[in-house]
Amino acid sequence: MSEPRAPLANAWLRSRQRSWTQWLRDRQRPRDLPVAEAQRYVERYRALAADLATARRMLPGSATTAALETLYANAHTSIDRSRRQTLAAIGELFRRRIPAVMGALAPTILWIGLLFVLTTAAGYWLVSQYPDLVRLVASGKMIEKVESGQLWTDDIFNITPSSVMSVRILSNNIVVSLFAFCSGVLFGLGAFYITALNGLMFGALLAFTHQHGLDGELLKFVVAHGPVEISVICIAAAAGTALGESLIRPSAPTRRESFQRTASALGPALLACALLLIGCGFIEGFVSPNPHVPFLPRAVIGFGYWIAMVLLLRGGLHAPPAAKL
Amino acid sequence: MNDEQLHIAGLTGIELKLPIAGPGSRSYAFIIDWHIRICLSLAWMLAVWLLLRSLHIRAIMPLIGWPALAIYLLYHPVVEILMQGRSPGKRTAGVRLVTRRGGLPSVSAILIRNVFRLLDSAPAFYMIGLSCCMFTRERVRIGDLAAGTVLVLENARAAHVLEIMPGLAVHTGLDPRLVELIQELLERWPSLSSERRAALARELLARAIPAQDRDALAAHGESELRQRLRTVLAGAA
Repeated sequence: MSEPRAPLANAWLRSRQRSWTQWLRDRQRPRDLPVAEAQRYVERYRALAADLATARRMLPGSATTAALETLYANAHTSIDRSRRQTLAAIGELFRRRIPAVMGALAPTILWIGLLFVLTTAAGYWLVSQYPDLVRLVASGKMIEKVESGQLWTDDIFNITPSSVMSVRILSNNIVVSLFAFCSGVLFGLGAFYITALNGLMFGALLAFTHQHGLDGELLKFVVAHGPVEISVICIAAAAGTALGESLIRPSAPTRRESFQRTASALGPALLACALLLIGCGFIEGFVSPNPHVPFLPRAVIGFGYWIAMVLLLRGGLHAPPAAKL
Repeated sequence: MNDEQLHIAGLTGIELKLPIAGPGSRSYAFIIDWHIRICLSLAWMLAVWLLLRSLHIRAIMPLIGWPALAIYLLYHPVVEILMQGRSPGKRTAGVRLVTRRGGLPSVSAILIRNVFRLLDSAPAFYMIGLSCCMFTRERVRIGDLAAGTVLVLENARAAHVLEIMPGLAVHTGLDPRLVELIQELLERWPSLSSERRAALARELLARAIPAQDRDALAAHGESELRQRLRTVLAGAA
């Protein structure tokens, strides 16, 4: 501790104390300030940086220096921030950002879709050949119901209120889709696994209901919500695969940076998926289990919603150029 | 003492050093937040049940269950967006969320960070997230890696130090670091052992008043030493 420098340090502290007190009392955020005030704020930030440099030299390891580090960090945080999310930014998200991400994901979505179709066919073939395998994907209760000539979905409408069921379904679907995305961190294998598992289950249940003459009923149940729901799961899995690819073949100097960049770029696609699944949840809660809705309106709802999904994800009829992931 | 720091090039060229929060502070913050969201959800359920108990349970079930679930699941993203990277638990644990550039995380970064809770919390008790925290240099979980965020420690004493220290140092004319030590010793006096605080007080008084006879200081009792430290800070030594 260099005692002889004390008068110098004290004189400096005295000269700067008012400025620091002003920082401590300043509760106004720079984004709320008019331009001239904001420029003054930045000037004060520069002065604070100079104070910190002086404190590090003059009073190293002291509590005053540590406190100035905190003040500087807080000032830095209030200056270094993204622009405010306005309604225009949300419009931009749906007009340009989501379609651009979907454009970049399009080939992966097709591959994931193909994986889903192949695993559905595999599940169908497996249960057709080895009917006992259905126990791997269906509960005992479900099997009993189908064997007695009824779909497991038949009584849902009478037992659970549609509002409760749709929220339960949409939250479950959102979790599955988000998990398909997040598990892409396992170099894309998690996303493959979830797609393949869903495909196998769907194929197996189709084959099982076909064996008992209920496949038409099952198709009637899924036709209203299924096209969008399955498409969204494929999109989420494709996003997960892109996440895995960002780790396998980084597009930035480091894998970490590449992962972060890709995850941020894919965020809008996930938001679109979640919104679409909310719609699916309501269809699955109110329309699909309702025995009074005939096949044709269900098909119209299902394919109409699917076309609306395509238009939403493409940003209208004229898609903007694909983003670089 | 946490030596792990995030070094960031400040906008002025002066480097910014932010102490990184470890798994301990992170877990502490999470547990507090978890209790808060459980309490909020239960409070909602109880309030709706009390208000609408005359109705059939089947009718009020959606009003009870789903908002409570929404409070539980959306607590973190909503609170972190509203409190700018903080939450009541984080505030209590003295940590906050910043970007890797030291800035405020954007809404999309906070949402992505929270989406990855699904993976970080698997298979149970945030095992993946905590393991990731232990093995990464910046003590981050997968959600932070995806969102580009880091949890840093906040210096809760900063405002207090800057408000009183410069004044005290100027007033006493002593080296500011010595004044800080005296102030800290007086603040921590009740929590220190009798011998330890007396030894520290003698050491600091000897530095503050070089002309003071060390033998005379040795003869002072604890309360007298404390009083003399206060006198030094009052500038009347």
